[in-house]
Amino acid sequence: MEIPQMVGAGLIVIGAGIGLGMIGGRAMDAIARQPEATGKIQTAMIIIAALLEGIAFAALFAS
Amino acid sequence: MRKKNIFNFFLGGLFILVSMNNMNGQENEHNDEAEEHGQEAHATAEEDGAVNTKEGIKEFVDHHLKDSHYFSFFADGEAGEHFGFPLPVILWDNGLKVFSASEFHYGEELAEIDGTHYKLYHTKIYKTDAEGTITYDERGFPANEKPLDFSITKNVIAMLTASLLLFLFFWGLARNYKKSKIPTGFGRILEPLVIYVRDDIAKPNIGPKYKKYMSLLLTVFFFILLLNLFGLTPLGINVTGNIAVTFGLALITFLIVQFSGNKHYWKHIFWMPGVPVPMKIVLMPIEILGMFTKPFALMIRLFANMTAGHVVVMSLLGLIFIFQNWIAGPTFFLFTIFISVIELLVAFLQAYIFTLLSALYIGMAVEDHADHPDDHSDDLPVV
Repeated sequence: MEIPQMVGAGLIVIGAGIGLGMIGGRAMDAIARQPEATGKIQTAMIIIAALLEGIAFAALFAS
Repeated sequence: MRKKNIFNFFLGGLFILVSMNNMNGQENEHNDEAEEHGQEAHATAEEDGAVNTKEGIKEFVDHHLKDSHYFSFFADGEAGEHFGFPLPVILWDNGLKVFSASEFHYGEELAEIDGTHYKLYHTKIYKTDAEGTITYDERGFPANEKPLDFSITKNVIAMLTASLLLFLFFWGLARNYKKSKIPTGFGRILEPLVIYVRDDIAKPNIGPKYKKYMSLLLTVFFFILLLNLFGLTPLGINVTGNIAVTFGLALITFLIVQFSGNKHYWKHIFWMPGVPVPMKIVLMPIEILGMFTKPFALMIRLFANMTAGHVVVMSLLGLIFIFQNWIAGPTFFLFTIFISVIELLVAFLQAYIFTLLSALYIGMAVEDHADHPDDHSDDLPVV
């Protein structure tokens, strides 16, 4: 791994981390507001997190 | 309520069982790694010890991630002994050639079959001359000719075992329902999972036509789950961390989505309704690309998650051998157990996500637009 690629990988991970943090944080907020909707919120959260993860991994492999 | 309890109980039990198994596995891997390390140190004793260990660990991790023509349990590097059994090699090279991988003697010797020499080099089979010379191209990859390899490798064995186990489990479960409505034995573990896949994955995402796709979703779910769990056992079979396997799984999803797509699906791809004409033209290539990126993301996600998990576990174990002191040993051992438990969660999560996203994509393809008109006039505010 060369330096540009390493920097790129770092940036990807930062981006993915921010994204996952936002998803998780918002989901927590939503669950706290409406605990009875926990199941639905979790499913939606996992779908979005998986999509984000897919993009992040694809970028990591490209780098 | 009761079903939920059973499900929780099952999950808890499985967690404990597999993590125990895994701890055994770690001890085995310890041995392996120590031997590997010993071998490395022995081979190049004059060189710097730390670099040596690092390279040894890297090699070991690489080897663990790869497919193999041997089913080896552990190896004694210093004595040159291997404990395991060779698997059949099936080559297509101007005719079918079948022989045992023991001919290679763990890559140390050439196999001569019908006058052609084959060499096992970094788990790949190459055609060589009688001396077994490997020529390299300018990028450092072997340039020798490769025969088509249809061998029953370790991964294939794992997949066959998983298929057989699934067949036995579900055959038993299906037979059970003929006698009574309540499953007995192992079926009690499977029933909640099947119902979970049906009620929480298929029904909400596919809609009323879910029944047609249940067999696919159940097969994919249990196949991936079982293979992920195999990866956590001491056998160290990394099947779902093999991109060819995940490619196959994603290809099946891709084909099923394309073939079950109704006219609305194709219309949304080629001539998106409800947007201006210039936008339709811009959207067409994007949608066509989207057709391929969805299964591609499925493939990469499963592969990368499982590979990353294995690498993390193995690297944490490797740190023990880099530090080699009383503090690092137990600390990293506990870290490894912690990561292994997380990996167990990931094993379930990845099987769930693969199935969920497959269901989602199928749902997009078969969605019935009867409930709202084609021209998307409902996008406008309705008074």
